[in-house]
Amino acid sequence: MKSLIDWIDARIPMTATYNRHVGQYATPKNFNFWYFFGSLALLVLVNQLLTGIWLTMNYVPTAEGAFASIEYIMRDVEYGWLLRYMHSTGASAFFVVIYLHMFRGVIYGSYQKPRELLWLFGMLIFLVLMAEAFMGYLLPWGQMSYWGAQVIISLFGAIPVIGDDLTLWIRGDYVVSGATLNRFFALHVIALPLVLVVLVFLHLIALHEVGSNNPDGVEIKQNKDENGWPVDGIPFHPYYTVKDIVGVAGFLIVFCYVLFFMPEGGGYFLEKPNFEAANPMKTPEHIAPVWYFTPFYAILRAIPDKLGGVIMMGLAIIVLFVLPWLDRCNVKSVRYRSLTHKLNIAQFAVSFIVLGYLGAVPATPELTIAARIFTVTYFGFFLFLWIYSKNEKTKPVPERVTN
Amino acid sequence: MSNAPVDTGRRRFLTAATAVIGGAGAVAVAVPFVKSWNPSAKAKAAGAPVEVNISKLEPGQLIRVEWRGKPVWIVRRTDAVLAELPKIDADLRDPNSLEPQQPSYAQNPERSIKPEYFIAVGICTHLGCSPTYLPDSFGEQVEGVNSGFFCPCHGSKFDMAGRVFQGVPAPLNLVIPPHHYVDDNNVMIGLEQGEA
Repeated sequence: MKSLIDWIDARIPMTATYNRHVGQYATPKNFNFWYFFGSLALLVLVNQLLTGIWLTMNYVPTAEGAFASIEYIMRDVEYGWLLRYMHSTGASAFFVVIYLHMFRGVIYGSYQKPRELLWLFGMLIFLVLMAEAFMGYLLPWGQMSYWGAQVIISLFGAIPVIGDDLTLWIRGDYVVSGATLNRFFALHVIALPLVLVVLVFLHLIALHEVGSNNPDGVEIKQNKDENGWPVDGIPFHPYYTVKDIVGVAGFLIVFCYVLFFMPEGGGYFLEKPNFEAANPMKTPEHIAPVWYFTPFYAILRAIPDKLGGVIMMGLAIIVLFVLPWLDRCNVKSVRYRSLTHKLNIAQFAVSFIVLGYLGAVPATPELTIAARIFTVTYFGFFLFLWIYSKNEKTKPVPERVTN
Repeated sequence: MSNAPVDTGRRRFLTAATAVIGGAGAVAVAVPFVKSWNPSAKAKAAGAPVEVNISKLEPGQLIRVEWRGKPVWIVRRTDAVLAELPKIDADLRDPNSLEPQQPSYAQNPERSIKPEYFIAVGICTHLGCSPTYLPDSFGEQVEGVNSGFFCPCHGSKFDMAGRVFQGVPAPLNLVIPPHHYVDDNNVMIGLEQGEA
């Protein structure tokens, strides 16, 4: 065994890479439950890739065959129902995990110097994930697949001058059709997963270069012992591999409950109109996106002008990219920051959740007013942060991580 | 290998020239990939504009033509029908056609280029049924209005300019497709004036 490892190590740096990224990768010893979600995202990604590949074995990417092939998978293929529900539940789980992972970054200032690029790679992953989810939702070719795609693609029509030609180019037809379905299938199954995997790789490389942040926002690399090992660091394996297994167990309990007892997620994971085949002649009464897009959809609907709405929806995502430069405070963790910052983060979380609710229900004049208010508070988070973070009154940050 | 001193200016020029040529090649290669996303010849043929001869239309008559898989109505409206239009504005959801359901050249009281001819996509804006043309018996649906369109599926009502009445499920006026008159007798559905 030893000689085999030596043989390999002389040809590729296997042991060195393992030690650098797992065996002797120093991680802060004070991680709490918020640090589960990174490894869980990886788990869900593997779930999506694996079940996705298996689904393509029976799925037919044509306007004529798509809906029937999903029914075939659900009824006739052995364990097809399980693979499909693992994939559809996994999509929602992906966003749950990613949103919590991002929120962790916000509360502990993990986007701050020197982790800006790490944050940017993460945001790109989020963006690609949204595209991936949107295109995947068209594939069952149900009513909500069809009309959701119709609505979202027509948003590009709001762009002046090139809008109409652009939507035509995206659809490849004058309406959403089999041509659209086929290209979305190609992107969903090949192009975007490749990009996603590369981005995840870069995200991890960037993380391991600068090292993990922690709930205290203390840089453990600034306090090393005589061997050059951070005094507040513990090797990733076995400490966090074991901890992450506990997280995986907890996650799987919840995931399997949804998977087996409520795979439709109460109409939020798989919407009811999608159990009816796409019909271009019949518009569903209420077109709502899947829950993970509803906060942004609420912002879109809150703006009375179509182009303005599209711009604001885009900005709601773009503004997250520049978060590292909007926060001008050099204290990272919310634990040592001002009450203003704590309240601002709290109102941001509330705004996001309320917008998510508002985007899922039909618009009424009162709810539209509410959506406008929470759109303002959503963007307000970033504006306030930029203003008060310059001269924020913070508490002293400890030298070492706390327990 | 020669030991001549490195000519950095020359080296930089060659690097830049290679990059420019390579970049141009990459752009050229991108063309087929981008263009392949355009509607195929088959999709274009199915979505081609339709030319209709309207010279034989009797007053009050409705004909249907198919354009992009949808029924398009052409109705020759009589003067009596046209005179009725402005009187019912108060009963309509969008009497002035503010919602973008028509090209700008049909955003007028008659919702048409020529008041005499009404051209619209005959699909209810509620759930996509095709409303029925009631040239004489629309009064049973809306008192005092002689002719209009009534959707048998869910009871939506539209006037003779395709404007939706209040209190029905359909939210919007009927869609007016892009069209223009080739000459006095022929209308082209699906193509605007001056569009190739």
